[in-house]
Amino acid sequence: MTAAVEISLNVNGERVEANVLPRLNLADFLREHLELTGTHVGCEHGVCGACTVRVNGDIVRSCLMLAVQTHNATVETIEGVSDSGEIADLQSAFRERNALQCGFCTPGMLMAAQDLLKQSPCPDREQIREHLSGNYCRCTGYQAIVDAIETTARARAGRLT
Amino acid sequence: MKASAFAYARATSVADALELLTAHGERAKVLSGGQSLLPAMNLRLIAPELIIDIGALTELRGVVVKEGVLTIGALTCHADLLKSPEIAAHAPLLTDAVAHVAHPAIRNRGTIGGSLAHADPASELPACMLTLGATIIARGPGGERRIAASGFFAGIYETALAPQELLVAVELPVPPKNSTHFFHEFARRQGDYAIVGLAAQAFVRDGRFTDLRLGFFAVGDRPLLARSAGKLVDVAITPAVLAEAASALNDELDPLEDHQATPAMRRHLAKILLARCVSSLLARPELRAGASA
Repeated sequence: MTAAVEISLNVNGERVEANVLPRLNLADFLREHLELTGTHVGCEHGVCGACTVRVNGDIVRSCLMLAVQTHNATVETIEGVSDSGEIADLQSAFRERNALQCGFCTPGMLMAAQDLLKQSPCPDREQIREHLSGNYCRCTGYQAIVDAIETTARARAGRLT
Repeated sequence: MKASAFAYARATSVADALELLTAHGERAKVLSGGQSLLPAMNLRLIAPELIIDIGALTELRGVVVKEGVLTIGALTCHADLLKSPEIAAHAPLLTDAVAHVAHPAIRNRGTIGGSLAHADPASELPACMLTLGATIIARGPGGERRIAASGFFAGIYETALAPQELLVAVELPVPPKNSTHFFHEFARRQGDYAIVGLAAQAFVRDGRFTDLRLGFFAVGDRPLLARSAGKLVDVAITPAVLAEAASALNDELDPLEDHQATPAMRRHLAKILLARCVSSLLARPELRAGASA
């Protein structure tokens, strides 16, 4: 039974059919099988947040999900939300505020930040920090990341009024 | 690291999961949200031969309140517990506790059944089950078994569940309306494993506790329902009474040493939590420094 398992899922709007070994995690499936290398693999035990993606609309750790568990699921990666323009303003705010240096954590940070902004349009800095508490950045000291998310939240709220 | 190779079976019903467990129980692990199991497998701390994925069993998901009992399906994820109006209304201690369980991305996958079956002594939910007097419901080849939370946790990652049994739900008696609660934990970072934590439920009448249940976690190899709480019930609380309870609590603790804290630090923090809890529940700020003064 360690044999490959057939899965069918939707990744960034495209139907994907694959045969995967049970031990393959979703992060490695995205990176190595689908060549979607924007999802980064850091700690591989759920601590660093670099591998954050959306499954059925909710953010998850793709290192803590098996590819076989995504059968019939909808998966969105940083490539998907970037190409669709969904987070274009957030990405510009990160760039303008120098909210990234090496960029390793950035895809996970953007996925977590967008998740927060969808749930809570005007978060305060404490709420931003809490929502990103599971995402490590070893370069910026976080201040610039919190600034960029706060700026984006305000800009989006301004557009609505 | 990556998990070692294993076989995979997707259970199509509870009966199917039980059949798989009956055939392979000793060599298998049940996968629900995977937020504790998969890290352990990635770190090669465990290498099960077979993974039984119960993720598709939607009948195990959800929260129901009926006749004074709150029933929570094993597959209910932490994010759903946090958002549940039934839990906020009938077991607000649990709502407070879940906000401290890991981070949003993990709360979207991790489940209450998984957390209880995993039985990490630093977890919030096992201690809440003791405090709230929960009953854990397991199904196995012999039918259904109801296990009191007080007899469920048997050690680090050890429970009363047999390898052939599946945890399917927990039942919580709904605390009466005038009951109050307190939850706090010390952690290095929001969402990290607790260094020491306390989940408490109480009745207060005329400034005295008529009932007080103190569920401590990360103070030993399993969560602890502190007997020393009895020293605070039906008495006028003074700093001396609180100090006596703190000393009795100290005798009950058997903290472990790890990279986060020494046993002495854990004993100290448990005492601080006790004082803060009593001070907060009785609305008496002068007791906050209490036992440690």
